[in-house]
Amino acid sequence: MTTIDAVIRIRELKVQRGEKLVLPGVSLTVNRGVVTGLLGPSGSGKTTLMRSIVGVQIVQGGDVEVLGQPAGTAELRRRVAYVTQAPSVYSDLTVRENLAYFASVLDAPSERIDETIAAVGLGPQQSLLNRNLSGGERSRASLAVALLGEPDVLVLDEPTVGLDPVLRRDLWAQFKSLAAAGKTVLVSTHVMDEAERCDELVLLREGQIVATGSPDGLLDQTGTDDLEAAFLALAEAS
Amino acid sequence: MSARVTVATAYRVAAQLRRDHRTLALILVVPPALLTLFKYVFYYQPETFDRIGAPLIGLFPLVMMFLITSIAMLRERTTGTLERLMSMPLAKPDLLFGYGLAFAFVAAVQAGVTGAVAFGLLDVETAGPIWGVVALAIANAVLGMALGLFLSAFSTSEFQAVQFMPAFILPQLLLAGLFIPRDQMPELLERISDFLPFTYAYEALAKVAADDVDARFWFDVAVVVGCIVLALVLGALTLRRRTP
Repeated sequence: MTTIDAVIRIRELKVQRGEKLVLPGVSLTVNRGVVTGLLGPSGSGKTTLMRSIVGVQIVQGGDVEVLGQPAGTAELRRRVAYVTQAPSVYSDLTVRENLAYFASVLDAPSERIDETIAAVGLGPQQSLLNRNLSGGERSRASLAVALLGEPDVLVLDEPTVGLDPVLRRDLWAQFKSLAAAGKTVLVSTHVMDEAERCDELVLLREGQIVATGSPDGLLDQTGTDDLEAAFLALAEAS
Repeated sequence: MSARVTVATAYRVAAQLRRDHRTLALILVVPPALLTLFKYVFYYQPETFDRIGAPLIGLFPLVMMFLITSIAMLRERTTGTLERLMSMPLAKPDLLFGYGLAFAFVAAVQAGVTGAVAFGLLDVETAGPIWGVVALAIANAVLGMALGLFLSAFSTSEFQAVQFMPAFILPQLLLAGLFIPRDQMPELLERISDFLPFTYAYEALAKVAADDVDARFWFDVAVVVGCIVLALVLGALTLRRRTP
């Protein structure tokens, strides 16, 4: 893998939130062209790491570079899209109205509204108010907003929690095809069967990176036959 | 800053309000209803109602837009939509002016409806031009919006946000000269009221209603505009791209 592929470079990232040192000094690179899974229990620092990459987190030290620029710079705001764990959409607007508004903000062409509605499978619900959608549908609406601007880097915080298996499979197929098209996709999850779908995994525990590698590589390394066991072995060894 | 994003934001804020029929009804019905109540409370002191009737038309938008904006902006902060916008190519003034545009429009409708009831049914009188009252009502709405936007940064729940009404708005209303002329208040209170934006908002309205447009009136208007700018700048400072 050449260095050109490294789109996100993190060096000695330190983040303190309140009393807690969430990330004591994380270093990591994330490549384009693959789906990278950020795996770890809740409270391990996944969200803080993602927020730092997007540039919305106040950090205490270290460097975060995305596409060759410091995270959070104005130009990156067009090229990096972020989906938070809780759906960040207006509950008193319809799916379509939400997308139309964010499309204006992103200066995305209006065809993208229909394309992203189709991409997340919300065609039948597009005229419903967000507050009348199920939790899973609302997450998809939030994901659709992230897809609007055809970003180069997608940072997705547990985007498929609570979705039905068919839809989850379809969304993962989309993440794969975005990666295949040269985008950088970073997805956090705490579900092991989702981890198996990733090309690369980053295992995070208590703010420390415990291991990185492909799912098969991690299984080989630990001599286990499922990722749950591999994670346990790596966590205990660390 | 971009006109496209500002207009889209104004349209989005208006669409959210339009969805909320009850709030919309309250915005349009409460001011005329309160004005009617004032008229009959002061039934035996008609000179008092004559004095405050017209200025009240322009003060309602200030209070209501303050409340609505503080809740709306608090929601943007707590539901993550503000964080999402801050991670997008949206300039802070786009958001501020978008809100301002939407609420100025709502205030114009509100002042129009309240004015129609006041001048048409309640015999409210104004020596100055009615459009002057409406124009000040819009300016006051924008002031209320700007103050609400700024103060929303200091509340973490809707319970706290609504408490700013008695804590921040009510004292200003009492001191503005609306109920008792300022020079009939104890010296200390009069001096305090010199520093409160409502004082100037009310005085400007009272002067239009009395057709007493002098240099002091333009000073009042300048103070109101200055307060709008100051509150917007302070509000912009509370919109952070990065949060802890």
